[in-house]
Amino acid sequence: MAGTDIIIHDEKDNVGVVVIEKITPKQDCDCWIMENDKSVKIQSMDEIPLGHKIAMADLNEGDTILKYGHDIGKVVKSIKKGEHVHVHNVKTKKW
Amino acid sequence: MEIPKTFLGYKREDGRTGTRNHVIILPVDDISNACAEAVANNIKGTIALPHSYGRLQFGADLELHFRTMIGTGKNPNVAAVIVIGIEPKWTKRIVDAIATTGKPVEGFSIEGVGDIETIARVSKKAQEFSIWASEKQREERPISDLWISVKCGESDTTSGLASNPTVGNLMDKLEPFGVHLCFGETSELTGAETVCEKRGKTPEAQEKFRKTWSSYNNFILKEATDDLSESQPTAGNIAGGLSTIEEKAFGNFQKIGGCKFIDVLEPAEEPTKGPGLYFMDTSSAAAECVTLQAAGGFNLHLFPTGQGNIIGNPIEPVIKLTANPLTARTMSEHIDVDVSKILSREMNLDEAGDELIKATIRVANGRLTCAEALGHREFVMTKLYRSA
Repeated sequence: MAGTDIIIHDEKDNVGVVVIEKITPKQDCDCWIMENDKSVKIQSMDEIPLGHKIAMADLNEGDTILKYGHDIGKVVKSIKKGEHVHVHNVKTKKW
Repeated sequence: MEIPKTFLGYKREDGRTGTRNHVIILPVDDISNACAEAVANNIKGTIALPHSYGRLQFGADLELHFRTMIGTGKNPNVAAVIVIGIEPKWTKRIVDAIATTGKPVEGFSIEGVGDIETIARVSKKAQEFSIWASEKQREERPISDLWISVKCGESDTTSGLASNPTVGNLMDKLEPFGVHLCFGETSELTGAETVCEKRGKTPEAQEKFRKTWSSYNNFILKEATDDLSESQPTAGNIAGGLSTIEEKAFGNFQKIGGCKFIDVLEPAEEPTKGPGLYFMDTSSAAAECVTLQAAGGFNLHLFPTGQGNIIGNPIEPVIKLTANPLTARTMSEHIDVDVSKILSREMNLDEAGDELIKATIRVANGRLTCAEALGHREFVMTKLYRSA
């Protein structure tokens, strides 16, 4: 099943993980949702390296990031669908 | 795949089985390291386990020191033990406890004799132990004699996607065969703590986990000067795409598959409630955690890594796996099992779990791990607080 660019753990997740060396801006990406074996598509806005996350939806400040179907932190700077999601726009709710 | 029912191990006097046959020279304290290393240099087939502590510790911290020393000596991967301390009393306490296994153990103290005379005396005994141990043969032992500990390191998002779930798949497949299993890393379950708590098999196990996690978290909150940036997640974690401790925790948690834990162990505590999964209260620093798990009696370790942690342990073989294709390529001398094909979907989790089981049995049978061949012997004591 070659050709998967992004893997999403759970259908509820609003982020996916890049699983190829990198994706480039305006790239049409194939995403695979592990939980239910569904496929979806997304166009990237940023260059995003292997292992880093892409927003699957528009996200506003204060929104919760869902991965594995669980809360993994809060949005601290609004994020557009297709943008890179990382420490510059997401922060822990713990420490 | 049919799960192998046996592996080739060293049967010990107490009924446990070793995957290795080490003769160790164990210093009780920091100042006995020089002697221990000199003896290991003199006598082939022995290894010294130098470390940084063992003087003026007290209370729970001292008890943990003893538990780690004694557990390391009792581990079935160890055939025979020499204990060297500056003074005889603490040395004897460790020797007597290790002796309950029935394995050869002898203690020496340096005070009143000096290093040179001690090295000569110890070398004679170490030579005897080394030659004795060299005649031990591997024999067929049940798979249930495997005690497998797990801990991940330099994780990235590929750990949570693939290498940690591969370990979870192995746990799901081996647990029904009566294998002992252990995970730890208390702080790295932060964010997933309530989900993890529900995996306790009994209300007692759940409550014990809740107390253990809360106590560690309170300690971190008390001591932290900022948001732990660059410690949790580490700079390597962040480079690999992990953004928060919660994200790291849910990735980490994939290692236990669908298993439930039957008890919560103190650091370096030996499990006593029979086969199955245990949670051990440990630091999330790799060498500290594996040292504590080895002291708890675990005889083989599985270590998924994302960005490429290179840790080993002197007595417990550490098998490393990665799902990160860049790490598999650029750090191949550290990677025993490459499961990066999960990301390109050329391999599924079930196949990856089978591959890891095959590698585990081969290493249990004696195949050297990458870390063993490279000489990684990180032996790091966990210290709870300042010495007196």
